[in-house]
Amino acid sequence: MQIIISNNSKEPIYEQIMKQIQTAILSGELAEGTALPSIRQLAKDLKISVITTKRAYEELEKSGFTYSIVGKGSFVAEQNLDVIREKKLKVIEEQLSVVIANSRELGLSYQELQELLKLLYEE
Amino acid sequence: MENVIEFRGISKKFKEFSIENLDLQIKRGYITGFIGANGAGKSTIIKLMMNLLQADKGEVKVFGMDYFSHAKEIKERIGFVYDRNVFYEALSLKDISRIVAPAYKCWNNKQFKAYVDKFELPLNKPIKKFSKGMQMKASLAIALSHDAELIIMDEPTAGLDPAFRRELLDIFQEVMVDERRTIFFSTHITSDLDRIADYIVLIEKGEVLFNKPIYELKERYAIVKGSTNLLDRDTEESFIKIERSSTGFQALTNNVEEVKELFGDHVVMEEASLEEIMFYVKGAHSQHD
Repeated sequence: MQIIISNNSKEPIYEQIMKQIQTAILSGELAEGTALPSIRQLAKDLKISVITTKRAYEELEKSGFTYSIVGKGSFVAEQNLDVIREKKLKVIEEQLSVVIANSRELGLSYQELQELLKLLYEE
Repeated sequence: MENVIEFRGISKKFKEFSIENLDLQIKRGYITGFIGANGAGKSTIIKLMMNLLQADKGEVKVFGMDYFSHAKEIKERIGFVYDRNVFYEALSLKDISRIVAPAYKCWNNKQFKAYVDKFELPLNKPIKKFSKGMQMKASLAIALSHDAELIIMDEPTAGLDPAFRRELLDIFQEVMVDERRTIFFSTHITSDLDRIADYIVLIEKGEVLFNKPIYELKERYAIVKGSTNLLDRDTEESFIKIERSSTGFQALTNNVEEVKELFGDHVVMEEASLEEIMFYVKGAHSQHD
């Protein structure tokens, strides 16, 4: 598993780690039951503090992506991909509603909005 | 045992300087960086930890034991790393391993040889002819070879060139892969800590101003810049220290949320480096005297 962190990003390092592991799990790169590297080994490899990787692992566990066994480490939990997809779709719907409301305020037509979306999507 | 070092109600009086009723806990299994201005009391506190100084009042516990009844046991498990090897200057590492080894129950000569190789140290050259960086590494090799669980260092990176400092930090990280180990070190080079420290202890005039995980500092502290007409007696409360100039103000807050709520987009907020936190906190502290 590759993890690339940026020290200059506004996003906290623990979040960067968390998101990249999440992505690896959702894409199937990390299968259910796979052992994650130990907190301490990962800290050393990424050249960051132990407490930062510990926090990333704790957050992953809290959001159900992993589980841990005392003395053994962290493992990828079973993922219900349909549920996750459903949740993400819901977020997209909400975000689009905001876009539509803003467009109406400006008097932007559906046609114009569609063109704008197309432009951005293909970028 | 979560805390490897515990100070309770420590007082120590000197002519010019004193520590009063100091509490301090150092977490096991982590790297704690110890910062503070010159004369803030860093060396005194390290000496108290090492039992090189005794407190007038209060209790020092290391590994849950006190020095009165367990001095030898504690010392076995501590590696004190420093650049001046006062006792052994004329000796070579080979001589030292022969003299030091019998003093420790857990001395591992194979381990020692491995570290000497890894750190590329000469075995037969007198220590006094070593560079500062090499002396530091020699001291560390000795500490690791008697399987020290607690490594205490007084400014280990001072005076080292950047490449060497990096190498030393990498070694610290390697040491920390073993979760039994704890590293405690003082430094002026706060960028060393940005990378590897788990906890930061800041002291000023013999007082612990904070002892916190590094991410908490990053989340709670920020440098705020804005126009001076935003400041009044109420809004000033959100800041630890404010610097005003004709072009605006610049201040340190430890309450990012409150500042966001109060000022919104009217101010610019930036992550505060450890150096900036130290600078402003020190300024604020001397203001209240």
